[in-house]
Amino acid sequence: MDTLTVDHVAKNYESQPLLIDLSLEVHSGELVCLLGRSGSGKSTLLRIIAGIEPADSGRVLWNGEDLTSVPTHRRGFGLMFQDFALFPHLDVRQNVAFGLALQRLPESEIASRVDSALESVNMRGFARRRVTDLSGGEQQRVALARSLAPRPRLLMLDEPLGALDRALRGQLQEELREQLHRTGIPAIYVTHDQDEALALADRIALLHSGRIEQSGAPGEVYARPASQWVAEFLGMSNLLPGEVIGTAPLTVRTGYGIFKPETAPEPRAGERGRLLLKPYGADLIPAAQDADTLSGKVISSTFQIDHYLVKLELAPGLVFDFTMREQAKEGETIHLKLSPESQIWFKEAQ
Amino acid sequence: MTRRPSRWLNNLLWVVPLIFLGTLFFYPLVTILRLAFSETFARVEPIQASTILHPLWFTIWQAVLSAALTLLAGLPAAYVFAKFNFPGKQLLKVLTTLPFILPTVVAAAGINALLGPRGWLNMGLEQLLNVTSPPVQITNTLAAILIAHVFYNIPIVIRVVGSAWAQLDPKMEQAARVLGASRTQVTTRVTLPLLRPSIIAAALLVFLFDFTSFGVILILGGPQFQTLEVAIYTQALSFFNLPVAGLLSLVQIMCTLVVTWVYSRLARGMNIPLLPCLKGEGMRAPRLPVEKVIVALMIVFLILLQVFPLAALVSSSVTRFEANRGERGPIQTGFTLDYYRALFTNISNSIFYVSPARAALNSLIYAIVTVLISVTFGLMAAYALTRARHGRWLMDLAIMLPLGTSAVTLGLGFIVAFNGPPLDILTFPLLIPFAHSLVALPFVVRTVQPALASIPASYRQAASVLGATPWQVWTRVEAPIISRAALVGAIFSFTISLGEFGATSFLARSDMITLPIAIYRYLSQPGALNFGQAMAMSTVLLLVCGSAIFALEKIQGTSA
Repeated sequence: MDTLTVDHVAKNYESQPLLIDLSLEVHSGELVCLLGRSGSGKSTLLRIIAGIEPADSGRVLWNGEDLTSVPTHRRGFGLMFQDFALFPHLDVRQNVAFGLALQRLPESEIASRVDSALESVNMRGFARRRVTDLSGGEQQRVALARSLAPRPRLLMLDEPLGALDRALRGQLQEELREQLHRTGIPAIYVTHDQDEALALADRIALLHSGRIEQSGAPGEVYARPASQWVAEFLGMSNLLPGEVIGTAPLTVRTGYGIFKPETAPEPRAGERGRLLLKPYGADLIPAAQDADTLSGKVISSTFQIDHYLVKLELAPGLVFDFTMREQAKEGETIHLKLSPESQIWFKEAQ
Repeated sequence: MTRRPSRWLNNLLWVVPLIFLGTLFFYPLVTILRLAFSETFARVEPIQASTILHPLWFTIWQAVLSAALTLLAGLPAAYVFAKFNFPGKQLLKVLTTLPFILPTVVAAAGINALLGPRGWLNMGLEQLLNVTSPPVQITNTLAAILIAHVFYNIPIVIRVVGSAWAQLDPKMEQAARVLGASRTQVTTRVTLPLLRPSIIAAALLVFLFDFTSFGVILILGGPQFQTLEVAIYTQALSFFNLPVAGLLSLVQIMCTLVVTWVYSRLARGMNIPLLPCLKGEGMRAPRLPVEKVIVALMIVFLILLQVFPLAALVSSSVTRFEANRGERGPIQTGFTLDYYRALFTNISNSIFYVSPARAALNSLIYAIVTVLISVTFGLMAAYALTRARHGRWLMDLAIMLPLGTSAVTLGLGFIVAFNGPPLDILTFPLLIPFAHSLVALPFVVRTVQPALASIPASYRQAASVLGATPWQVWTRVEAPIISRAALVGAIFSFTISLGEFGATSFLARSDMITLPIAIYRYLSQPGALNFGQAMAMSTVLLLVCGSAIFALEKIQGTSA
């Protein structure tokens, strides 16, 4: 089993810290989605792993072997660029054959591997076409074939669908996922699109402030966001400022009531922070109770396939989203009972 | 009311520039052809083939050699400018580019000031070795011509290849590295193939300039180096053998047309800025030891090749090494402004003397007239081109052709076509700025026309709807928008006229000479005073043209 280890990597960009103490592991057969806002250093991390840029400190290891002094072309990794970086002076076939020719393989083997690589991305008939004449989706396929043809030990994909329009993206996402799983090559897939990450990833790694903020299976990350930033990045925005008033069980006082969230690591009485109220798991109750209840005015209630999306105004300007099975009347004041597992307490960063 | 006047105006926009080109370019050209053919075949004594073939052969091989050397020196320089940041880079870039923009005569004078018999190198060696004759004889050798050509044309390689290199997506090279290519393989399999169009374009352009080189060869090579240009000049002005000169011109035109055609086919769709571009992205400081060595070597090389001749020129104009002719006794060596003072006085008391100050005044007047003519006709042609529905390529070709024709041929055309009333070079001195305008017109059109084409029709329509007459639309909307481009074209015309040498050398008579002609004459005279005055005049031209280019850079910089 192969393992890529990124070990405490740091990198400054124009004398601003971009990556700070970043560690990550990728194992064979695994597709890791590196998720983060644009400018968070995702692409830079890929370039450091590929050896295109040096890290300021830290190491990149392959099966425990330090790659720092191994030049890019000897690392045996593949990297697919966002704009594909197909060589305009070569045709489709020559682009795909580029890496194979450098391995000094016999012509016949190059030919058959190029053919099968093009075959696998449904581009067989395009071998003699100029890459500048291809559509975005076709270029993406050729770039994938070019990256996979030399059989890299690790494949990195830098927003490979980012340059394409939305309709095409869904289809190619499916193809890409299938390709990567079939080859079994470990892959790091960089994206800023959480839906894309959810659809593809075996594991999600969230990059924020130069560190991996959280890493885990998509379901796990959604169920238990590790920080307020993760929650907000994943689109969970029902956050209430509050203060811990009891630790056994954990009790939080907010401006809109007392809540008893599931648990939190080492809560201390008096600490301030934010309480996340997940949009699911809210039940309509007739009257407010002394804990775990939220009251507000229904601003809108829209039907969405199997539930209602309710916008609840707690105070002027403070509106939370909840999904409910029953319809609520607009303008009416309602009371919601929130289960402990739908609440997560994030203490304020020190 | 709306259609007829505008059609009439459109026709005027076409007709006036075409009359100008027809009279001053095509008519002389046809006259040369007629002369070459009719008299050649009517001759009792046939023209020896070697009269044509010898200069042709020499022209080609010196141009090939010059272009090859320029590429050899220019490609590493282009690489260094495209890839690295180092202290003083912008200054070095401007200084490196300067020679190409300078008049050929000034470039030749710069090489002379550094390497000539009175140049710094020889003066230094004479002091050092305690000898009285110049130890390094480089003027009147092929080496001088080659050095001057590299000096003059290296900016083309740096501009054309360097900008392509800087625009080259670094991801191309990174992608190749990831796919397993070593640095050398990246260069041979990705970088050079991607740069090939720009390298070929630069090589052809340099070849074209070396092929039509005239001033440099006349000043530095001396009479034994007969290129086509020099041969046309000597056949026409020394031997008065106009048919042979015409035939040589014909050969010259054919060659340049072929190269220009190949070049324009290759350059189509390529963005080739010939002016310094002071931006820098994707560049970094040299990191690896080998990079540091390459960058340092290139900086030293460029300073030696590109900056030293200009520095030598300026310093020679204010330094006295030796006695002037006729001066006796111990003399003061060192800093002097005598050469500049001498520009205003007739020291030799010759009746044929034309003071350099007069030449400078002539140059200034011709330059101003050239600006007026080329900007007026350039604007008309640019409008005609923008509005034309048919035949645009024909107009474009007619305007661009003078650029592909050598200056010497233009000059020859003028003297064979206008040798009697109503247009006579002896009595009609405006022919000189007319010739300059032919060279300047393409530049004006090429700068103004894109600006004009970029004005959306909605601007004019909006102004009309708001109540503007067509004239008001022009003065209040279009003119302000294209004024910057017109100014750039005007500065181009001004510097072209100031530096023009080839055509002027045919046309400048007695007191109508220009600064470049005066520099040439003073350089070919013996004596330290003449040399010093040539240096002083060259320095003046250098400063004027340098400032003009600086102004251009400012104007274009603010428009971006």
